[in-house]
Amino acid sequence: MSILINKSTRVVCQGITGKTGEFHSKNCLEYGTKLVAGVTPGKGGQTTLGVPVFDTVHEAVEKEGANAAMIFVPAAFTADAILEAIDAGCNVVVAITEGVPVLDMVRVYDRLKRQGAKETRRQGETPPTESPCLLVSPSPCLALIGPNCPGVITPEECKIGIMPGYIHKKGPVGVMSRSGTLTYEAVWQLSNLGLGQSTCVGLGGDPIVGTSFIDLLKLYQADPETEAILMMGEIGGTAEEEAAAFAREHVTKPIAAFIAGRTAPKGKRMGHAGAIISGGKGTAAEKIAAFEAAGIEVAQSPADMGAAMQRAIKNR
Amino acid sequence: MKIHEYQAKQLLREAGVAVPAGIMATTPAEAADAFTKLGGPLAVVKAQIHAGGRGKGTIKDNPNQHGVQLVRDSQAAASAAENLLNHKLVTIQTGPSGQTVRRVLVEAGCDIARELYLGIVIDRAAGLPVLMASSAGGMNIEDVAAKTPELIFKENFCPDAGLQSYQVRKLCAKLQISPSPSGGGTKGGGSAEKFMKSLCKLFVALDCSLVEINPLVVTKAGELLALDAKISFDDNALFRHPQLEELRDTSEEDPNELRAGKAGLSYVQLDGNIGCLVNGAGLAMATMDLVKLHGGEPANFLDVGGGANTEQVTEAFRILLSDKNVKAVLVNIFGGIMRCTTIASAIVEAYKTVGFNVPLVVRLEGTEVEQGRKILKESGVDIIAASDLTDAANKVVAATK
Repeated sequence: MSILINKSTRVVCQGITGKTGEFHSKNCLEYGTKLVAGVTPGKGGQTTLGVPVFDTVHEAVEKEGANAAMIFVPAAFTADAILEAIDAGCNVVVAITEGVPVLDMVRVYDRLKRQGAKETRRQGETPPTESPCLLVSPSPCLALIGPNCPGVITPEECKIGIMPGYIHKKGPVGVMSRSGTLTYEAVWQLSNLGLGQSTCVGLGGDPIVGTSFIDLLKLYQADPETEAILMMGEIGGTAEEEAAAFAREHVTKPIAAFIAGRTAPKGKRMGHAGAIISGGKGTAAEKIAAFEAAGIEVAQSPADMGAAMQRAIKNR
Repeated sequence: MKIHEYQAKQLLREAGVAVPAGIMATTPAEAADAFTKLGGPLAVVKAQIHAGGRGKGTIKDNPNQHGVQLVRDSQAAASAAENLLNHKLVTIQTGPSGQTVRRVLVEAGCDIARELYLGIVIDRAAGLPVLMASSAGGMNIEDVAAKTPELIFKENFCPDAGLQSYQVRKLCAKLQISPSPSGGGTKGGGSAEKFMKSLCKLFVALDCSLVEINPLVVTKAGELLALDAKISFDDNALFRHPQLEELRDTSEEDPNELRAGKAGLSYVQLDGNIGCLVNGAGLAMATMDLVKLHGGEPANFLDVGGGANTEQVTEAFRILLSDKNVKAVLVNIFGGIMRCTTIASAIVEAYKTVGFNVPLVVRLEGTEVEQGRKILKESGVDIIAASDLTDAANKVVAATK
């Protein structure tokens, strides 16, 4: 097993005929992802990279059995694309696009909250308060990953996103992060130490993203293939503190973590819209303290992430 | 994107939020004229810079002159403007070098009964905008949040439905003000109901990332008035509001940050001497941390992004090397989308066109790494190659010593 996606996941790419969409769709296909359709409004009936292109996601779901979406449409249309994928019944929606207006995400998030609550009630469970979009039980689940994220990969099975596939190795570590290249760095360190990965997820660097660390901790904890968890956080917001508190209570698997931005000045946005220390909140020191209090192994240097994971596994 | 107080107040006025009468001036004569037009008996002359803390801040070579001054006649208005305009104002937010004042706002005085606080930001945990109110107006709200959080009241609102009347009533009860003063009329722009709802509407309509009224004044007549105003916009949504572009004041922005923005790069100026060039925001932050951990000080945050081409990366080098504090440069690239060959070609290009006057430590990994290393080796460019992160940090810190 793995989380979110595996070899039977059937992917539709929204924006497949654009330059970026086509480039990364090609890489995903080469990696072995079952990319079964593309969507570009107005270009239905064409074929790109050997897969059929439709005008709507609904057609891709109906005719090709797509159940996951990968979004490369421009930022101005991303919210619409996400809502379309959810409406069409895709369980996992991965929005790669960066630069989405935050109020657009407020509206999408609201929709996810309502959808999540409805689905959960249908299954006879209480809607979760801290995770609006993921259902309590890992399968089936509805999850939005991103926007402004590198995507999701279950090594040697399915890659939905822009990460370089070759650095990954199949194995026991679940990896989650708010950043792209820092995740590659961590995965590279793990693979070089002989620690493969179950599923790696980039949550995205925006203030409002579809999935939280807590959502993923639940899934990793429930996944038999995941034996340990490595997470990379960054300054800004309180998502890391909340994850630490959750892990302390509910996660029995060893966890290691790194926080980027110890040296970041207050009030300056560090590239990611979400990475800003504002109102004295969201500093690296607070987050590291929260991790340590939860018994999480903290990597002091970004060069130490893989080794920290090793230590956490050994100490458990 | 940030704007000036006088611009923010104009937007508030257009949105139906009550603000004092005021006129922007760029010369002492205009300031005197503004005082006369406002009709006295008193007015406030306020320095217009993007940084906060102006009231307590002082002019760099004239510590008796504060950034905000009360005046009682047109001559005093002119001399206050004279003292502020084209001088550097130093506040807690500008840093010790201060920021040049290019405009002042001359504003009619008002009868202040109480000072409150109102602010709107995005509440990340709730995934909604939040209207925050506090009875501790005029203070630094971060201090209030840290010391007396019970004095801050919050109401989330949905962008499309807007703030509801009951939410106004809840906040008014906490703030001990009347939702609609002067016998229940809600027409006046100064009534709390109209004030708060219009403010929330403005936040949504213009895709703001921050709207802050501090202090919010309750006048002796019981009406609300925005004595100060700060508005920032979500850069990602500016495409929806082309009219806001003309409010941009590039003289308030760091020239290197501006230049980087134009090249599609993300750059933040810092105080150290090690220039960093990295792909990806998370890795860029981690690289700064790494430098510091090994005893160095980063000179900047620079994320060239995933899809940068050779020209963009060359421009990144130009920006880095134009910072006179930079004594060495660390390039840390984990090629994913960004190919190592692109970076290597850009280094060679920058070497030819810009020239390196400081040591350059390069750590390459990821997509097309072997070809990238080969390009560098064959070019004969004088670089210090690093094998991993720790090695890179040690080498770049040593290079500055």
